[in-house]
Amino acid sequence: MGIRIGDKPYAERIQAGIENSFMRQAVSSAQGRFRTGRLKAAEELGDWEDWRTLGEEIRHHTMENLDYYLHQLSEQVEKRGGTVFFAETAEEANAYVKEVAKKKQARKVVKSKSMVTEEIGLNEALEQSGCEVVESDLGEWILQLDEDPPSHIVTPALHKNKEQIRETFANKKGYTKTDRPEELAAFAREQLRKDFLEADLGVTGCNFAVAESGAVTLVTNEGNARMVTSLPDTHIAVMGMERVVPTWEELEVVVSLLTRAAVGQKLTSYITALTGTRLDDETDGPEDFHLVIVDNGRSKILGTEFQSALHCIRCAACINACPVYRHVGGHSYGSIYPGPIGAVLTPLLDGYEDHKDLPYASTLCAACTEACPVKIPLHEHLIRHREIIVEREQMGAKSEEWMMKGFAKWASTPAAYKLSTKMARTAMKPWTKDEQIENGPGPLKGWTQSRDFPAPAKKNFREWYKQREKRRGEA
Amino acid sequence: MTVHNRTSFLDRVAENLGRERRTEVKPPVYSVQPQDRVFQGATQDELIEMLEAQCRVIHTSFERTTQSGLADTLNKVLASFEGSKKVISAGGPRLDDFGVRGIYEELAEDDFDLRIWNDQEGDVAFAEQAGLGIVFSDITLAESGTVTLFNDSYNGRSISLLPETFIAIIPKSTLVPRMTQAARVIHEQEQKGNPVSSCVSFITGPSNSADIEMNLIVGVHGPVKATYILVDDL
Repeated sequence: MGIRIGDKPYAERIQAGIENSFMRQAVSSAQGRFRTGRLKAAEELGDWEDWRTLGEEIRHHTMENLDYYLHQLSEQVEKRGGTVFFAETAEEANAYVKEVAKKKQARKVVKSKSMVTEEIGLNEALEQSGCEVVESDLGEWILQLDEDPPSHIVTPALHKNKEQIRETFANKKGYTKTDRPEELAAFAREQLRKDFLEADLGVTGCNFAVAESGAVTLVTNEGNARMVTSLPDTHIAVMGMERVVPTWEELEVVVSLLTRAAVGQKLTSYITALTGTRLDDETDGPEDFHLVIVDNGRSKILGTEFQSALHCIRCAACINACPVYRHVGGHSYGSIYPGPIGAVLTPLLDGYEDHKDLPYASTLCAACTEACPVKIPLHEHLIRHREIIVEREQMGAKSEEWMMKGFAKWASTPAAYKLSTKMARTAMKPWTKDEQIENGPGPLKGWTQSRDFPAPAKKNFREWYKQREKRRGEA
Repeated sequence: MTVHNRTSFLDRVAENLGRERRTEVKPPVYSVQPQDRVFQGATQDELIEMLEAQCRVIHTSFERTTQSGLADTLNKVLASFEGSKKVISAGGPRLDDFGVRGIYEELAEDDFDLRIWNDQEGDVAFAEQAGLGIVFSDITLAESGTVTLFNDSYNGRSISLLPETFIAIIPKSTLVPRMTQAARVIHEQEQKGNPVSSCVSFITGPSNSADIEMNLIVGVHGPVKATYILVDDL
């Protein structure tokens, strides 16, 4: 699938989002629950601002020394019997995983939820080489059956309701029971248990890898990631190269931040730290372990003003706080990374060309920055993206560039300014109704498509003020 | 057991960071350490209270007993179980330390089909059929209600994963305030050259999901029910 989802233009995606009333209601109620959970968990913990500061310092230190920690990580994984593959591109990563699958003569692959494997399109690559790939996270399984992309990085099927899910299970898997969430989940448990036991290869992402010991840590609730890493003989973990921490002491802090910021849990049901292969005297766990460390555009972000975007721990707190996401939903972003962090990260990873609208999917209210547990200045990054798009890349809407230049000239010339404020009312007359403009021309069109614009006043401020002073003098 | 493409990859990272490759980094000193203040100075008994309160949040039953009362408590918990009579348990020295081996022998006379994980062919298949899995907590985190397992040849990963019910025997001596202390133990052992187990499982109650309309569903792929039995060993 890759980072991009769908092929509709931005405006159409947004429109589809706004018109999807179930999705909007689901998103808004989910945002409410996520937000309450996060705030409550932060309050219970106490010193939340200190925790955020610590999180930011850990991520900053790690990014500044990323080559050192990745080297240490790879040494440790190798020492524990694992193989490490550094992949510069998505293609290299996919080719390596396919090669391992081929060597193992793997037919069935079970996966636990991983954003980076979505980003590199691993499922398609494995399917092309003849493997059956089963997503085992409940939300991901629903989406896989329905051939639908994720719309949220923590709860990927947030945009679907239980009736839709029941229908999907019925059509694709012969499900006959009700749409009660417990029954739906029990069905998934029963169906997927067989897949776990039969699979030749388990593929996971990696929330954090610990450089000092080589542990790959998975933060989950359902237990599927434990199945994927306990039952098949081979485990391949795929990680974005920034997802490393120096030691277990830092791991603990970022995990505590992640579970609280994501879902308001003190810890999720399962935090699983896996190091290399199983030992000789152990019965379960993989006998063969591979760690694939993916760049795929990340190193280009290092050393730039956007470096802190790589601090992201994928908790989705910014997404859950965003008023724009609330109204348009995840698919509108056209990227597997939606919301504020998606709008920052997607153009960096995949270029401005296809994502130049994303930095504008924000009100710059800074709710995202405030929610971020590692203090990424998300709204400032969005502003910087806009500047780059307009000034340097020259890819902003031409009308905006033209307008801004025109405005500067016009506003700095007193006579022109005066004249045009006088003329504005006359000029806008054809579109004015009851002092409101409902369907404005030119640059106003974007605004008036979804709301009215007040018509220019009969008098401008200077005229009004002059008259008021005059009246005062008379009184 | 190889590392592929490392040099070119890490050279590129260093180049983008605008410097030469680093082969040494001093351990960082952070400006704040809020993690040490959580439950600082709490006694073991206060930690037990916190653990018990947290169990209600994580949908986990909580029993408290003494070493001599463990047999009765285990019997009571197992008697209330309605599923498969197959039980898989972790092995190791604590089976004898806590007298659990004897308890198991009595249970076996009581219709329970009991197997102690012994690193053999068939352990996983048995665990898959078992209704109950019993483990001993290595480090217990009061704040989150978390059982830490250093999985090894005595304590397979499947025991706490495949059966429908998860039972953890928690020696009081294993209680610490939070994950901070557990992480520190592992970090210190690493520094002493004692490598961490191939799998460290931090387990907090039964499995769950909120993937369908944000409704909390307890019991998805892992255990559906969980019971903690705290044993006073101090």
